[in-house]
Amino acid sequence: MTQGSGDLVQIKNVDKVFKRGSEEIHVLGGLDLTIPDGEFLALMGPSGSGKSTLLNLIGGLDRPSQGSVEVGGENIDQLSDRRLAAWRARHVGLVFQFYNLMPVLTAQKNVELPLLLTHLSRAERKKRAAIALDIVGLSHRNHHFPRTLSGGEQQRVGIARAIVTDPTLLLCDEPTGDLDRKSGDEILDLLQALNREQGKTIVMVTHDIHAAARASRTLYLNKGRLSTELEE
Amino acid sequence: MAGPFNWLSQVTSVTAFGIQSLPQRLGSSLTSMLGIAGVVAVMVAVLSIAQGIMQTMNNSASVDNVVVLRSGSTSEMMSGLSGDETRFIAEGPGLARNETGSIASPELFVIINLLKKTTLTDANVPLRGVGKAAFDIRDTFRIVEGRMFEWGLNEVIVGIGARMEFEGLELGSTIPVGQEEWPVVGVFEAGGGLAETEIWVDSAVLQPAYRRGNSYQSVYAKLESPESYQAFKDALTSDPRLNVKPMRESEFYSSQSEMLYNLITGLGTFIAVIMGFGAVFGALNTMYTAVSSRTREIATLRALGFHSGPVVISVLTESMLLALAGGIIVAVAAWAVFDGFRAATVNMASFSQVAFAFDVSASLLMQGVVFALIIGFIGGVFPAIRAARQPVATALREL
Repeated sequence: MTQGSGDLVQIKNVDKVFKRGSEEIHVLGGLDLTIPDGEFLALMGPSGSGKSTLLNLIGGLDRPSQGSVEVGGENIDQLSDRRLAAWRARHVGLVFQFYNLMPVLTAQKNVELPLLLTHLSRAERKKRAAIALDIVGLSHRNHHFPRTLSGGEQQRVGIARAIVTDPTLLLCDEPTGDLDRKSGDEILDLLQALNREQGKTIVMVTHDIHAAARASRTLYLNKGRLSTELEE
Repeated sequence: MAGPFNWLSQVTSVTAFGIQSLPQRLGSSLTSMLGIAGVVAVMVAVLSIAQGIMQTMNNSASVDNVVVLRSGSTSEMMSGLSGDETRFIAEGPGLARNETGSIASPELFVIINLLKKTTLTDANVPLRGVGKAAFDIRDTFRIVEGRMFEWGLNEVIVGIGARMEFEGLELGSTIPVGQEEWPVVGVFEAGGGLAETEIWVDSAVLQPAYRRGNSYQSVYAKLESPESYQAFKDALTSDPRLNVKPMRESEFYSSQSEMLYNLITGLGTFIAVIMGFGAVFGALNTMYTAVSSRTREIATLRALGFHSGPVVISVLTESMLLALAGGIIVAVAAWAVFDGFRAATVNMASFSQVAFAFDVSASLLMQGVVFALIIGFIGGVFPAIRAARQPVATALREL
């Protein structure tokens, strides 16, 4: 991913409209956002404010109704579905609220999953998955299936899967939303370390003010518009 | 850049996840599999009847045998030949000869009523009056129990298939022939052919029993070689004394079984297609449920960068594997249960019973498995497309 002026993500005048029958729901309207390379950005806002929609646009999981989304100098809203999928596999790590691990795969195999989209050998995939699991402190649980892991451990596996391809951008949708405080803090420690020590750019959607406090910047989304202050 | 290897590895991985998670959907998967299996079972069973009948007819035919009927008749029942005509036929060129002359057997064909063992209802059983040459013509004929009837005596021998299917054909019992009761003195085999459903007697004693004078209905004859057929046929059809239709034996039996074969095959296919529609809906339901329960899993894979194609192939493969399993299980079971199972039915061409064995052949089993795969494919294709088309962002939110 090429980086221009130090801004990794540039969103310009983005609208997002969903259609429900004949009704049009405007979720985002004329939104501009710039995320510098290496930033840890928290996105907060009430339910339905468009946080996850914005995250999906940045990650190429959805397309804007209008405007442009540029990530690493590439206009991802112009890419075909096939090229967009390949772009995501190369540049984006996704962390989900409910972990989204494959129940039939061990921790190690779950982490290896994104590497199946590369040309790496089996041995190399195994080695990289082991390193990723080591980074999240779970190398001793690599042969465990998700159902035998705690919520915190499953989320660590989810993070290991997100970083195994060494992406520039980590997108986390409520990563602590399903965890108790202690496990949540451990996940946030991990994300902070990945941001500070490995320079990962992180965008995290959260409802939790304590989680947002770990980020280097927090933006609030309300009625499709961004602000630096929480509007009442 | 994703190459074909990468794409193939995606297909393999996504398909493997689906198959590994099958135990979580065991109930609906088994229901679908059994539904498809049921359809294949019915199809194989019905078509094996048609195959069995065809096989019986094929077993009856020899390449160097001919059958001669009166011109215009479609079966022995409808045919009639005078004693003179049968003599002219026996003098035809190209027929094999032995010390007594040409190998030709003028035959009489009547129907008698016997009880069918399975239903205890009346059934039309063929009673054939034969000449001495009949046994040189039917190479596969042999007595397996009792003895041959005496020429000129009111005695009968019965085919092994007829004895199995009809009441009162045990050795020593008697059967009604005209106004009299004639004893059963032997049981014969005829290579699994049609003759095994018949009762045989000396034609010379059968004629007076049914007041047929010196008339017959057909002449069976053996050619010097299969190539002699054309000369024999040309001579008979151009002879002004004769008004007859010579046929190769294979041609004759094929025409005799055609109507029944087509009826059973048509009926079997019709039933299988109707049931197949039901099974397709069952498979559709199963695969929609499978896709629905894997929505988040599939969406996650696509979010990570997996393409839609492997997802489609994965769902299709799962559906077709279930169908294949159902098809194979039933194919093996059908072969074990039905193959060789003996039964009898009415042959519309002769209005008489034909005993046959269900023939579950390899090609029929293959047809059953292919039919199962078609059901599996149709049942999987729409859910697969739905899985691939669902927007990733929306699918990720579903629990």
